[in-house]
Amino acid sequence: MSTTAIDTQVALNGALNRNAPLRQSAGVQVTDYENRQTVGKITVDNPKMVCREVNVHYGQKHAIKNVSLDIGANEVIAFIGPSGCGKSTFLRCLNRMNDTIPTARVTGQIKLDDDDIHAKEIDVVQLRARVGMVFQKPNPFPKSIYENVAYGPRIHGMVNTKAELDDLVRESLERAGLIKEVEKRMLEPGTSLSGGQQQRLCIARAIAVNPEVILMDEPCSALDPIATAKIEELIDELRENYTIVIVTHSMQQAARVSQRTAYFHLGDLIEIGDTDQIFTNPRHKLTEDYITGRFG
Amino acid sequence: MNKPTAREGATPLRGRNIKTIVNAGLARRHAAERRFRWYGLIAISLGLAFVVLMFANIIGKGSPAFWQTYIRVPISFDAAALDPEGKRDPQALASADYAALVRAGLRQMFPAVEGRLPLRALSALTSSDAAYELQRRVQDNPGLIGTQQEVWLLASAAVDTFVKGNIDRSLPEAERPLKDSQIEWIDQLRAAGKIERQFNAVLFRNGDSREPEQAGIRGALMGSFFTLVVTFLLSFPIGVATAVYLEEFAPKNRWTDIIEVNINNLAAVPSIVFGLLGLAVFINFFGLPRSAPLVGGLVLSLMTLPVIIIAGRAALTSVPPSIREAALGMGASKLQMVGHHVLPLAMPGMLTGSIIGMARALGESAPLLMIGMVAFIVDVPKNFLDPSTVLPVQIYLWSDLPERAFVERTSAAIMVLLAFMILMNGLAILLRKRFERRW
Repeated sequence: MSTTAIDTQVALNGALNRNAPLRQSAGVQVTDYENRQTVGKITVDNPKMVCREVNVHYGQKHAIKNVSLDIGANEVIAFIGPSGCGKSTFLRCLNRMNDTIPTARVTGQIKLDDDDIHAKEIDVVQLRARVGMVFQKPNPFPKSIYENVAYGPRIHGMVNTKAELDDLVRESLERAGLIKEVEKRMLEPGTSLSGGQQQRLCIARAIAVNPEVILMDEPCSALDPIATAKIEELIDELRENYTIVIVTHSMQQAARVSQRTAYFHLGDLIEIGDTDQIFTNPRHKLTEDYITGRFG
Repeated sequence: MNKPTAREGATPLRGRNIKTIVNAGLARRHAAERRFRWYGLIAISLGLAFVVLMFANIIGKGSPAFWQTYIRVPISFDAAALDPEGKRDPQALASADYAALVRAGLRQMFPAVEGRLPLRALSALTSSDAAYELQRRVQDNPGLIGTQQEVWLLASAAVDTFVKGNIDRSLPEAERPLKDSQIEWIDQLRAAGKIERQFNAVLFRNGDSREPEQAGIRGALMGSFFTLVVTFLLSFPIGVATAVYLEEFAPKNRWTDIIEVNINNLAAVPSIVFGLLGLAVFINFFGLPRSAPLVGGLVLSLMTLPVIIIAGRAALTSVPPSIREAALGMGASKLQMVGHHVLPLAMPGMLTGSIIGMARALGESAPLLMIGMVAFIVDVPKNFLDPSTVLPVQIYLWSDLPERAFVERTSAAIMVLLAFMILMNGLAILLRKRFERRW
């Protein structure tokens, strides 16, 4: 008990100073349900995004409590946890989508590379072009497939000619693994596609602006297993070029697609670590209960 | 833990047959349902009956007005009388005495008629418009001069009313607008096939007139048109912009709450109050002309704006948030999100609301009375500042007049107004169906 407390204390210190080496004794388990301090190593060697002491309030509700973690470049990190644990809320902090909710208040530091995303000189438009997002429910615009993908490059003025735009749309659809299915029907409405195709269209739309990070908020929860498998395959391929943060309800999915996993519970980041370790050897009792299906 | 509690809760029911308990109440429940259905049926049938009654009444009264009696009169376009100098000078042609031609033509048909009063009675068979009709024909085609033509001339309102069977010939002569001799002539003309009912083009060609057979709704229609153009051009853009700002951009605080409540209240303000406001502000303060469609349009814009704003906001809220998130997530600015995605999706709803608001403005008369659009105006307005009246006010004006022919025209004008209303509502439905997009 006393050793674990020290252990987590070290982890937290590490969180505040990410260059400090972390000491983590394997095999020690936090059995105290009341211990809300993050277990595991929150830092990575090559961080893309760095979040420190992030708090989110919705009016009176404290939705995210002092969460600190790093998101490594070109890694897939999965956020898991029971409903209402704050994983989606935290995800939406990363591209400031919480700004759209009038009652939401976000404090703490979030850095993308070396830019503080809350800094005055960072426009939210620029941030969202760099940090793309794919939503839970496929939400293509009620426009043609082509227009859906072309929208981002167009509003950001990324291309100059129609030919360039055509190429970009094709390439994005190709990278999203959708080109074969939609090649002949580029001008049909995006909403005419099946659910899985729509979600891949949304991914194509997100990668068309070549973001650095892609946030995925339960991208497969509305899809059947075959469509889910395709998306997961796609996520794996996209990892080469992008950093991906995925929120998922499915622990199998987290285990399949991610390299690191963070477990949230009631607004606290309970445990974070390599996916293998989290699923085979969870160090916090809450994590263990969740992944073994005791609750959640 | 749970199961025993559930059973304890059921104790009062133990030993009683659930089936009989439920069945006992069933008859009462079904009866209530049947009663409710009957109430609904009765209400709907009553409503439909009144609609049918109203339409039957209006159409029955108004449809004869679309047909007008004409008399075939032989006219000799005497060169000596019309153009004694033979120069075909338009000025001379315009001022010639065409009424004399009509009188001569009528006398030719009834050569036996002698004396000043009988001759006057004879020429009263045709409308005073008959002379203008001949003038128009000659001016259009001077080649008529010197020829002999049979011309269909507009009959007077009394003849028209008689031909339509609305004057009882058994009444004493003094109590009806036609004399015995006139009735006799009409009978003769009828027997000779020289009296006929033709489509009433005058109704759609002329402005208002004291003579019912010459009174038309053209002036009122144009007045309504100009007024509605002003109303639409003002209220649609302002209404849509207000709705978008309030719904998408304005912070939600006490001030916007107050504004919202006030807009909702404005939609319920009696329309005559807007008329008073228009009178005070536009005419007395800004000095705009009375009776002008411009002022009418301004007043009706004030009245229509809240309707469009409310409809517009409802249309905006019905756009799913997922579309907004998608646009914002792509890095669209708020204005881009609204302009590219939200507004196109909300547009059908906004258009529908606007057209319904416009239809209401088309049928509005009270506020326009206050700004002087109730005047008797013969000339058809040609622009936004000409004095004019509008269709509902024209109906109101005609409904006051005692002549049978005006009663008929009142109903006819109502039919035209209703036709435009149905047209506009149909357009609203069409637009909604056409531009509705699935998401």
